[in-house]
Amino acid sequence: MSTELIGALTVFVLAILCGFAVISKVPATLHTPLMSGANSIHGIVLVGSMLIAASATDPLSQVLSLVAVAFATMNVVGGYVVTDRMLQMFRKMAVPSKTPPAPDESKA
Amino acid sequence: MTPIETVVRLVWLAGAAAFVFGLMRMNSPATARNGNLVSAAGMALAVGGTALLLISNGSVGVAGWIIIVVGIAVGGGLGLFTARTVKMTAMPQLVSLFNAVGGGAAALIAIDDYLRIAGQGQVLPLDIQVATVLDVVIGCITFTGSLIASGKLQGLIPCKPILIPGGRIVTILLALVAVAGSLFLFVTGQTNVAVLFAIIAAGLIFGVTMVLPIGGADMPVVISLLNSFTGTAVAMAGFVIDNTVLIIAGALVGASGAILTKLMADAMNRSVLNIMIGGFGGGEGTVTAVGAEGGSVRSIGIDDAAIQLAYAANVIVVPGYGLAVAQAQHAVRELAELLESRGVNVSYAIHPVAGRMPGHMNVLLAEANVPYPQLKEMDDINPEFDRADVALVVGANDVTNPAARRPGSPVSGMPILDVDHAKSIIVIKRSMGRGYAGIDNELYVNPKTGMLFADAKQGLADLVAAVKAL
Repeated sequence: MSTELIGALTVFVLAILCGFAVISKVPATLHTPLMSGANSIHGIVLVGSMLIAASATDPLSQVLSLVAVAFATMNVVGGYVVTDRMLQMFRKMAVPSKTPPAPDESKA
Repeated sequence: MTPIETVVRLVWLAGAAAFVFGLMRMNSPATARNGNLVSAAGMALAVGGTALLLISNGSVGVAGWIIIVVGIAVGGGLGLFTARTVKMTAMPQLVSLFNAVGGGAAALIAIDDYLRIAGQGQVLPLDIQVATVLDVVIGCITFTGSLIASGKLQGLIPCKPILIPGGRIVTILLALVAVAGSLFLFVTGQTNVAVLFAIIAAGLIFGVTMVLPIGGADMPVVISLLNSFTGTAVAMAGFVIDNTVLIIAGALVGASGAILTKLMADAMNRSVLNIMIGGFGGGEGTVTAVGAEGGSVRSIGIDDAAIQLAYAANVIVVPGYGLAVAQAQHAVRELAELLESRGVNVSYAIHPVAGRMPGHMNVLLAEANVPYPQLKEMDDINPEFDRADVALVVGANDVTNPAARRPGSPVSGMPILDVDHAKSIIVIKRSMGRGYAGIDNELYVNPKTGMLFADAKQGLADLVAAVKAL
């Protein structure tokens, strides 16, 4: 095994442990946004796609890397935007409003 | 290492740290949105750094830049458009679609790398071969698996578990192809494009055969599992092209996704293994029999329902996916406010998996400005059904089925809302159609239950009018 491979494996294992540690007791209401947030993070594959696109020379390789870049960007942009849309609604819930904004709320 | 390269590598490290920090902040509702922004900033840093690296080393030709710019424009445009226009009800299938393309991109990186090296007639070191094969297999499985999951949620593919004849044999054969192909590559040490394509095909088909037999109700857990798979595939892609930020972010998602999958399965009282080996498959015959013999269904009119609701002391609303599909969340809030103004105590019983995914219903009701304190989680509300005069079930089905308390039914063991403990039950439903699990609901033949056959939105609007007229 080369030194680089040992280094990469070390990073890999520590990152896995980090991933286990980072998810603690999450309330069920946050399961969906959290999954969606993690989903956007693996959009980091865009970095890899850009690197292979940069060195693509033959047509097949160019087509494959074009698809890879487009797929990865869709993952990144769509993932973050849709997660933010979900969480935007949670902000309203986190600050429970005692007076719902309905016009007929004059019962008191 | 050039100075620019050093800077870019440090920027990548900062991006990876932002992902960890962002995920941590997404564990609690108060900091979640900020956490997502931190994570997005990390992504912007990592991608920006990569662009800087490519500009500075000057080796990228015009064609390379065209590919990158066009790819980002097309993918970014599609992602932005779909994410901003999707209805909140259809959001789970979109997340699954994003997961599919992420897995696809990870697989493409390894495939492209392999084809290039094969084209040059070089020999791959064993560790790169292992990473390549794992990336290709896992990436292909998530690509087709997530597409099938998305299709099921969108209704393009029937939600019911689809049993493939000889499915188990097909699965074993596919696994054999993948393992034998991989071993052949490892042992001979030669690049062999034909074997790689066999492995790609096995992965793609495996993704389909894995998800097709799983019922729609289990789809959230499946999507979460596939999300974890994609993370792993991305980490493998990091090994293939020797890039640390891909390894870190991929491993992070792979591990956190696995934990999240387990949390989700626990919330539904299901085991991940059970879901994967067949889900709601067995015992269908016995269950339909229970429903069929179960006696008569009592239908109830708008005015009767309105009187019951208006003169109740405690009403519990049980919203389900049907409410979301009919876009009736505003109508239900209107009815609840009207009842409250008459002195009725109204609360909402939220099943952990109401809607299409855990937490989905909270999002939908929050969108309709339902006051947060009225939303009660299952464990808090279940004891209160005994004191409820009326339980109003709108578009919820399987999560109210008392059959779950007995063994022998496909929903057995799934935690349910104790709707049948209420003094009286009103179910707004379009027809006697079945729910996600594809079985009959015993609640509907309960003597206490009155079925109000209507579209959720229209039915609620009629109820509002009828209560006002009292």
